[in-house]
This record gives sequence, structure tokens and C-alpha cells, in this order.
Amino acid sequence: MKSFVIRRLLYMIPTIIVISIICFTLIQLPPGDYLSSYIAKLAASGEGVDEAVIAGLRHQYGLDQPFHKKYFKWIWGVLHGNLGYSFEWNQPVSELVGERLALTLIVSTASLFFAWVVALPIGVFSAVRQYSVFDYIATFFGFIGLATPNFLLALILMYLGSRYLNISVGGLFSPEFVDAPWNLARFIDLLKHLWIPMIVIGMAGTAELIRVTRANLLDELSRPYVETARVKGLSEFQLILKYPVRVALNPFISSIGFVFPTLISGETITAVVLNLPTTGPLLLRALLSQDMYLAGSFLLILAVLTVVGMLLSDILLALLDPRVRYD
Amino acid sequence: MDTSINTSQIEVEYNVEESAQIATPWQLMRWKFMNHRLAVLGLVVILCLYLVTAFCEFVAPYDPSYRTGHPLVRPNWPKLVTDGGFKLKAVTYGLTGSRDPVTFQRVYVADTSKEYTVRLFVRGSSYQLFGLIPSDLHLFGSPDGGPVYLMGTDRLGRDVFSRVVYGARISLSIGLIGVLISLMLGILLGGVSGYFGGIVDTIIQRTIEIIRSFPTIPLWMTLSAALPPNWSPILVYFGITIILSLVGWTGLARVVRGRVLSLRNEDYVMAARLSGARELRVIGKHLTPSFLSHIIASTTLAIPGMILAETSLSFLGIGLKPPVVSWGVLLQDAQNVQAVALAPWLMLPGLLVVVSVLAFNFVGDGLRDAADPFSTTG
Repeated sequence: MKSFVIRRLLYMIPTIIVISIICFTLIQLPPGDYLSSYIAKLAASGEGVDEAVIAGLRHQYGLDQPFHKKYFKWIWGVLHGNLGYSFEWNQPVSELVGERLALTLIVSTASLFFAWVVALPIGVFSAVRQYSVFDYIATFFGFIGLATPNFLLALILMYLGSRYLNISVGGLFSPEFVDAPWNLARFIDLLKHLWIPMIVIGMAGTAELIRVTRANLLDELSRPYVETARVKGLSEFQLILKYPVRVALNPFISSIGFVFPTLISGETITAVVLNLPTTGPLLLRALLSQDMYLAGSFLLILAVLTVVGMLLSDILLALLDPRVRYD
Repeated sequence: MDTSINTSQIEVEYNVEESAQIATPWQLMRWKFMNHRLAVLGLVVILCLYLVTAFCEFVAPYDPSYRTGHPLVRPNWPKLVTDGGFKLKAVTYGLTGSRDPVTFQRVYVADTSKEYTVRLFVRGSSYQLFGLIPSDLHLFGSPDGGPVYLMGTDRLGRDVFSRVVYGARISLSIGLIGVLISLMLGILLGGVSGYFGGIVDTIIQRTIEIIRSFPTIPLWMTLSAALPPNWSPILVYFGITIILSLVGWTGLARVVRGRVLSLRNEDYVMAARLSGARELRVIGKHLTPSFLSHIIASTTLAIPGMILAETSLSFLGIGLKPPVVSWGVLLQDAQNVQAVALAPWLMLPGLLVVVSVLAFNFVGDGLRDAADPFSTTG
């Protein structure tokens, strides 16, 4: 087990290095840089800009250096917790990212649990009662969840909420808590606002998990050991929960790996619609204004989070299923 | 007595065997697919959608950029009235707009004194079908200019239904083209990866893993933000398509690799190689046909992801941009809760997204089951 974990950790290192290079390349892709759009903005407002000042700024931010030097400067900073400087916000990126990242993690994790809690019983039940009315209803909603874009679901819930329940559903905090320091009251306020993003983001994952659980359990249910247990007189409830469901749970754990990127993706776009103070809207703004260090750091952090999520799911899976370790 | 039963049984078995021998694998797949009712329904829906896409100038009653002068009208369907006698006819009434004195919202009242007939196949604004055939025939409409807004109008008074019909052309084709590009990359790289194995396989597999470990939406966002802002709409369209395929090929490559791995040790592949066939010929000529059915199924299941991605990107304002009309661009009008509360019909393009994605999923599921015509499950 120990060697398995070590091997996986070692595997992760080249992956993350390549990911960081890709992130940095992507950020360098747009023609021009933040400085040139800043100069254009200044010129548009009628302020003259001195060539010497521009050259000085370019040098100060290292924008005139070749690619690999810029990359090493950036990655060196990242390794030391210095994520660079946001030109647009005039703040170090790490200060901007901190709380938003924490909230992204909270929202994504809550969505994952929502997906699990909803998908497991529905998946099990629709497999056990295959082709029943319940199975068809579950499959139907599963398909709807799969086919509805996150943002549309968010819009519909917002519309229904404001129209029929008369509640505001944007944001993660009530106005009086937005800038408040963390305390119990703020946390409770967060929980009150968390449910809509949780449902919206969790929906796509739920649909997928229901399908996976149902398919896996159906495979297990036709195995001889299930028949044996039944013949021995085990009650149906005990029988199903004790053996086939446990085996069918494996993909559930491995699903952290493939559901996590989906959740982060869904979180990004839902956050824009629901106006959540998470990473999504800031990433969008940074991209639109070519604030490259901010955007690059976000992309890198989100990608690394995904890799770590996949690693966790692999380790959990190896703990649960010894066969995986010797692969 | 006994013998006669036996012979009839043998005869039945013989017949079954004979018909199975006559049926080609493709026929078996078609039979199996036809048994999957949802898949057939999905196929019909998809064919209808693409038919509309091909003839969208004819189906749409208005030009997508034509301003009717009635902003934010709720869906206004023609009504069936009797003509005094037994004859039914469809009519629509003139609209008089005014401001609500309390909320300052624009409200419309049907002016029953102005009655317009609505008919099928009317002459209206002229267009060129496929850019070649000049015509002015529309599927339906009011010959004397009455308002027919099946999905209401947007803030600038443009007919949402017409825009949805035109948007289908972009939204549905981006999925097809994107998947075609992914498919070519997927078959090539997946095939090479599975066929040669070894170091090539490792490199391609690691690449796929790295690409897949990016959360797709942020990656797509970054890539489309990198498209130069001065590109023409058609370049942006292809740019977005290629961006979507850059991630899309990985899934297909995995499927191809898996199939190739299981097939490359078959005797007929060895025979082809011994006869001196080049490697690419073995992949293209001998391996590809045997996993084509699986590939078609996976491809169909990849299209909805592309449609959803385009919609999401355009919705965020970093995909396609107006004046291009796609479903995602249309949904930009419904970006915040105020707009949605004021004009919920602006969300209707989303319904089309859901319907087409569902249809592709059903067809894909049906094809996946049918791809293995000899299996008994499903």
C-alpha cells in the first residue's frame, strides 16, 4: 500500500510540471499583454504615455523577457507561495485568491456530497426495481440533469425563487455578512445560501452517478453469490446492502476522480450566473482583461486541485479494493 | 411421435441459424436499434432538427436581425376562430404597447379590431436558399404583416423563434464538425497508441491524462479568451470548434485504443502484416471497420457535450459573439434574474438545447447497445 501511494505521488510530479507549463503557455497566448491593453485604455482617455515609462514598466514586470525566463520566474514564485501580481486589482494574486478558493472548495465538496447522497439510494432502488415506474422516473430525471446546462438550471431556480418564493438566490452571503470576518453567524448564513449552488452544480454529477450505480449494481445482482445468499434465506434488504451494493460502491469512490473536474467546471459557470464570490467570476474577468498572472494562477490551482482529487480517489479505491494496488 | 417433435425442433433451429447467417452485422444492428424505442424517437427528433437547420430561411417567419418594433412581447400564438360558419381560420391581432403606470413595464394589449390571418406557405421577406435559390416563401406567417411570435420577442423586438431556428444552424453544426475533428484525431492517435504500444503508447496516454485533468470549462474559457478579438465571426466559429475538439479527442482516442488493443493480436491482422501491408493500411483497412460501430456510438455520445460547451461559452460571452446567432448567444439575453423575471420566454432557446442533447444521448445509447448485436443485454 505504501509503495502504491509513493508511486502515485511520484507520477503526479511530472504531470503537475507539464500542467504548469501548459497553463503558462495558455496565458501567454493572447496577443498583447495587460500593459498594452492598459496603455490603450490610457490613450483612449486622452492621457499621453511616455515611451520610456512603458519600457520601464515592461522591464519591471518582466514582460520583455523570453518565454522560459518568464516561466521560471513565475513558477519559482508559485513554489514560494507568491502567485504573482494582479495588474488589474493592484494586489498580490495570493490575497485575491485565498478566500475565493476556500469557498470554491466548500461549494464543490458540498455538491459532491449532495450528488452522493441523492444518487446512491436512487441508483440502488432503480437497479433493484429495474423497469418499474420509479426506475423510469429516476432515469428520466437523470437524463434531464445530464442534458440541462448548469447555468440554465441556475437561471430556472433563480426565476422560480424570485417569482414564487420571493427570495433572493444570488450570492453566498446576505449583504450584512459579505465583508464580515468569519464567525458562527456568517457560517450559518453561508449554509442558508449554499443549497441552490449545491443542487445546481451537483445535478450533472448526480445524473451520471445514478447511471453508473444502476449499471454496476445490475451487473452484480445477476452474480451467483447473490442467488446463494438468497437461497440461504437472507432478507432481501440485508442481502442487497451487504454484498452487491458494497461492490457497486467502488465506482462511486473512483467517481471522485471524474466527477471532480465536472464539479469545478460546473462551479465556474454557475458562479457567474449566481454571482457567487468564488473563483469562477474572477477567472472570467481576469481572462477578459488579460490579467495574466491572476488567470494563470487560477487555471493552475484548479488543475492541481483536480489532479489531487484524482489521487485521493485512487488511494481511497486502493484502500477499499486490494486488487487495484497490484495493478 | 417423438421423432416428429425432434425434427420440427431441428427445423426451427435450422431456420434461425439460416436467417442469422443471411443477416449482415449491419442488419442485426439496425434491428436491434429499431427495438430501442427512445433511440428511434431521438433519431426522429435529430433528423427533424437538422431538416429545420437546412431550410431555416424557409422555416423562420422573420429574418433573425429584423426588428419588428414590438420589444419584449410574450409568446403570441395565432388563435383559431370560426368564420361565423364552420370554417376555422388562424388569426392574430394587432398589438398596442403601453407602459404600466406602476411598474413602468411595457405591456401589450391585443387590439381585436385589427385582425390578421395566419396561413401556411406565405410570401414574406426574400432570401436565398443555400445562398443560391432566391425565394420569399415561408412555412407560416401572416401575409398582411400581423405579429406571429411563437417564442415572443427580445429586447430589440426581434422574433425569438426565428432566431432560435437560425441559431440551430450554428449550434448543431458546431457539434458535428467538432466531433468530426475529434474523431480524426482520436482514431489516428488512439489507433497508433494501441497498435504500436510501448513508449508511443505511454506518451499518448500520459498526454491524454494531462489534458483530462484540466477542468474543461476553465480550460475552454482560457483558450477562447486567447482568440484574437479582431477575428471575423467565421474564424471565431472554427476557432471555437477546434478548441472543443482539442479536449474532445481524448475520450474517443481511449475507446479506439481499447478496441485496437483487443484486436491487434487477431489472426487476420497478423495475416495482413505478413502479406506486407503497411502499418497505416492495417489500421485503416483492417482494424477500423471492426470497431466502427463502437466508434459511431461513442461519437454520437460526444456530440451533446460539444453542444453544451458551445452554449456555455457563448453564454459567458467568450464563445461566439453577436451578430452570430447561436443558442448560447441567444441565452446571453437571459443572463441575470431581472431579465429572466421580466421575460421568462428568453430562456426558451435553452429548451432546444435540452431537447437536442437528450435526443443525441438516446440515439447514442441505442447505438451502443446495437453496436454489439450478439449480446443479449439491453
